[in-house]
Amino acid sequence: MEFLTNKFFLLALTFAAYIGGCLIQRRTGVRLLNPILLAIAAMIAFLSLAGIDYDTYKTGGDYIDFWLKPAVVALGVPLYKQLESIKKQMIPLLAAEMAGCIAGVVSVVLVAEALGASREVVMSLAPKAVTTPIAMEISAAVGGIPPLTAAVVVCTGIFGGMTGFSIVRLGHVNSPIATGLSIGTAAHAVGTSAAMERSDRYGAFSSLGLTLNGLLTALLAPFILRLMGYAV
Amino acid sequence: MKMILQCGVLFAYLALGELVVWLTGIPVPSSIIGMILLALSLKVGVIRLSHVEKPADFLVHNLGFFFVPAGIGLMRCLDTVGREWVPIVGASVVSTVVILLVTGQVHQRVRRMSFPLPRRSGQTPS
Repeated sequence: MEFLTNKFFLLALTFAAYIGGCLIQRRTGVRLLNPILLAIAAMIAFLSLAGIDYDTYKTGGDYIDFWLKPAVVALGVPLYKQLESIKKQMIPLLAAEMAGCIAGVVSVVLVAEALGASREVVMSLAPKAVTTPIAMEISAAVGGIPPLTAAVVVCTGIFGGMTGFSIVRLGHVNSPIATGLSIGTAAHAVGTSAAMERSDRYGAFSSLGLTLNGLLTALLAPFILRLMGYAV
Repeated sequence: MKMILQCGVLFAYLALGELVVWLTGIPVPSSIIGMILLALSLKVGVIRLSHVEKPADFLVHNLGFFFVPAGIGLMRCLDTVGREWVPIVGASVVSTVVILLVTGQVHQRVRRMSFPLPRRSGQTPS
């Protein structure tokens, strides 16, 4: 059984879980059966049953995690392809991002408080809309639990990517630019990969949303939390 | 060789992002800075699309997969989640909907107000 903790076995298993998730989604056609979600659930179930802790898993998982950073850099390509339309509407973009960033942090804190979350959990949730590396930094800086933040960030991304298009349509947001931007702002890179599946244009504005919201949240979240009465 | 070169360019921009963070100490992840620098370099022509396109397309179109290990990190805080799953799920869902609607609506409205943009500053749109 020693072999189960082999890092390359765990790495291969993660690939298998994801591919399995993709196949299940394709067979059933149910969007809720998101391959990321299925892979995470299957891996947690396996690791728990086999009695393997996360740090052991990480020796293999880190090889996948490693590609997150270059993948975020690669988002510069779709961003470049849309630079012209970005330049044309600097003001609407900045206004929307400021509003989205502030509304996001304030709403998550208020609802979490109202539902009785502990301080630690509130702080972990505050940066949940932005991409994992940024969110974990903010979480640590304001006194949250970074691994909880990472997990919530991923789940938020999956939720936003799955439901984002329907929600903005229900809210009478019609332009493709506003739609892409909203999804990137609310659901960071996971939402962006869903937007990318629709078209590169949605994807580009989604990556713009994730960039701007990442920057703004990193800069503003500590101040917003302080204004809301948290000593951070 | 092509693929190696193109991956090398991506990592070079990541390293550049790291350098900027190291030099300035700004609390922004190196990857975000690398992304911005890459877009700008493509814009001004320091590098061409053909220098990065292949690995960039692969990474960008499979972004979700790279988040799986971070998501598995959930198993480290299952007890907190078990205790406080109501506020965690409730706040995340509500706030995600709020962000989607606020961002989209503000963008649409401001754009309608300021479009077509006046050519020179000092002129007010009629």
